Amino acid sequence: MSTNCLEIRNLHATIAANGTPILNGLDLTLPKGEVHAIMGPNGSGKSTLAKILAGHKAYEVTDGEVLLDGNNLFDMEIDERARAGLFLAFQYPLEIPGVSNANFLRAALSARLPEGEEIDAVSFYKQLRAKMSLLDMDTKFTGRAVNEGFSGGEKKRNEILQMMLLEPTYAVLDETDSGLDIDALKIVARGVNAMRTPERGILLITHYQRLLNYIQPDHVHVLANGRIVRSGDRTLALELEEKGYDWIREADEAAAAAAGA
Amino acid sequence: MTTETATVQSIARERGEIGNFRFPEKHKYDAGFGLSERTIDYICDVKNDPDWVRAFRKKALGVFESKPMPTHWASDDLNTIDFDKIRYYLSSGDLPKRSWDDVPDEVKQTFERLGIPEQERKFLAGVEAQYDSEAAYSNVKEAVAEQGVLFVNSTEGLKEHADIFRPWFGKVIPTGDNKFSALNSAVFSGGSFIYVPPGVKVKHPLQAYFRINSEQFGQFERTLIIVDEGAELTYMEGCTAPKFETSTLHSAVVELVAMKGAKIQYITVQNWSANVFNLVTKRGLAHEDAEIRWIDCNIGSRLTMKYPGVIMKGRRARGEVISIALANTGQHQDTGAKMIHAADETTSNVVSKSISVGQGRSTYRGQVLIPKHLKGCKNNTECDALLINSNSKTDTYPAITVRGNQHSTQHEASVSQVSEEQIFYMQQRGLSEAAAMSLSVNGFINDLVREFPMEYSVELKRLIDLEMEGSVG
Repeated sequence: MSTNCLEIRNLHATIAANGTPILNGLDLTLPKGEVHAIMGPNGSGKSTLAKILAGHKAYEVTDGEVLLDGNNLFDMEIDERARAGLFLAFQYPLEIPGVSNANFLRAALSARLPEGEEIDAVSFYKQLRAKMSLLDMDTKFTGRAVNEGFSGGEKKRNEILQMMLLEPTYAVLDETDSGLDIDALKIVARGVNAMRTPERGILLITHYQRLLNYIQPDHVHVLANGRIVRSGDRTLALELEEKGYDWIREADEAAAAAAGA
Repeated sequence: MTTETATVQSIARERGEIGNFRFPEKHKYDAGFGLSERTIDYICDVKNDPDWVRAFRKKALGVFESKPMPTHWASDDLNTIDFDKIRYYLSSGDLPKRSWDDVPDEVKQTFERLGIPEQERKFLAGVEAQYDSEAAYSNVKEAVAEQGVLFVNSTEGLKEHADIFRPWFGKVIPTGDNKFSALNSAVFSGGSFIYVPPGVKVKHPLQAYFRINSEQFGQFERTLIIVDEGAELTYMEGCTAPKFETSTLHSAVVELVAMKGAKIQYITVQNWSANVFNLVTKRGLAHEDAEIRWIDCNIGSRLTMKYPGVIMKGRRARGEVISIALANTGQHQDTGAKMIHAADETTSNVVSKSISVGQGRSTYRGQVLIPKHLKGCKNNTECDALLINSNSKTDTYPAITVRGNQHSTQHEASVSQVSEEQIFYMQQRGLSEAAAMSLSVNGFINDLVREFPMEYSVELKRLIDLEMEGSVG
């Protein structure tokens, strides 16, 4: 057991409402200082994994465990996980009417401080503006309600902005590239790359290899039927793009047939 | 949000914590329990009321007794009020205080416990604070007095300034307007009287704090504000009460008169303990080119019934009601607005937002009347309700009567619910469920909160945080 990684062990999970299995014994270790990518076809359980890590109540963990720096993630509430260093960039970020971006971020940062302590407003705004400039975001976004009336690309950029200010130890980016044009993709990648440090692990969940041209992962995993079926380096992603997910499926079936024989 | 029983229990616990404080009471004068002509005589004798006031009160008593409870349209809960178990007049007998140093320590302590921000205490220099039914502290800021502004309690107003007071007293809200305005007219004590002379723009808002400190003691303050031609005034009223074991009745009457071209803004933030009946009649009369704005926030109480109104009597007069209501378990906020257009080209605006938490219920009741013989009148009504828990309740009764075709009216209403996905998103950023809920609720009312002065909006946010703490199970 390591205190320097996010460790997923034999994770089984179902949809709470109807018991449909989604994850079937998933193993993955994300050490600090590395970027891992999870790729997989639609319905393989990629986004479910992200939501389960964050603590979404629509899913039930039926077996296995997840350790965050050695601590059992499932002993923690949603917000405790976040404060322990876990961040999820949402595939579909929510709107919070009437709450400005700046106030939301301040509240989130304040929640990490001991009782009675407050954020220094001057240095907060200085930081906020610096990160926004890196993401090519207009400063008027500080005063706008969180994600309200934002375009798809603006929402994704806003997720990265939140990540940059909250400085998580482990960041899970759920299809952050979806819906982005190439310019926006480059900007988002710039933000993520700026966050690559030896103290931080990043898990990219993506459908397409395209993102990995701009954020080069240390490892690539392929998720199918709720399990990691292949792991490798960057070339695995390229191979996937060339051969498609069917290639994995066929290889799997062949392996299963061989094992049965 | 899933375990309702736990929610209710935690709210009960929470509410106990919030309101559970009181201070020793000393009452020199006590009218005893129940209401009769003898009670009225006692009050008149103690207050040394002029004969016309005694006659006014006695007539009002008759009206009160003849009127049935309005339960044909309002909550049956009104029937639980036992008028024989209420003490209608209590007073410490102290004369109103003139300086902050003279204010009894226990009153100061109360301000302390209410958590009035330091910033706000600065304003106290210009404050009239009411302790029980008489003003324990009253200090008109010198600059305001120098401008000829009268800011006194209503008892002093009717005695010392009868020439200004009497022509308007009971004219905006007649005694028989409703059962509770009649009750107030019979037993009123305390409240403010303000007169602003023509052309005077009162720079700082005048403030009054009210509180109740006696079990089974109804508070019946009576406020009359007259702002003369072209003059301007902002008045702020904040109420909060300690916890009682039995129900408490609070029934105020507030009358505003804005003469030609005058502007009045009346701001209220109320946080009653959960056993208070708060049955208030508030109405303003706006003459030509005058403007009256009611900015109203209701938190707490068992039942609040309050529909601030504006009668736009003069041409181009404007009326506005901006209100926020928060109903928690065991509470019913029955609030709204009354806009009576009585002249051409008059404009009214109503924006109401309500939040129902736990098993709380909020009701919007609005009346807009534009008669046929007028032209060029406008009304805009928006009412939005937010439901926090699955068993929270809201209902809306807008009555908009527009006759004739030379007017413009708009009405929008919405009901929304805090979504679990939104709370999940906020929690994922590190906010506790309660903090996420608070932020969400504060966002919902944010555009209205901006209408409140800074120090009130801070207080409002804190009150909402307290209410939301108990709402998550």
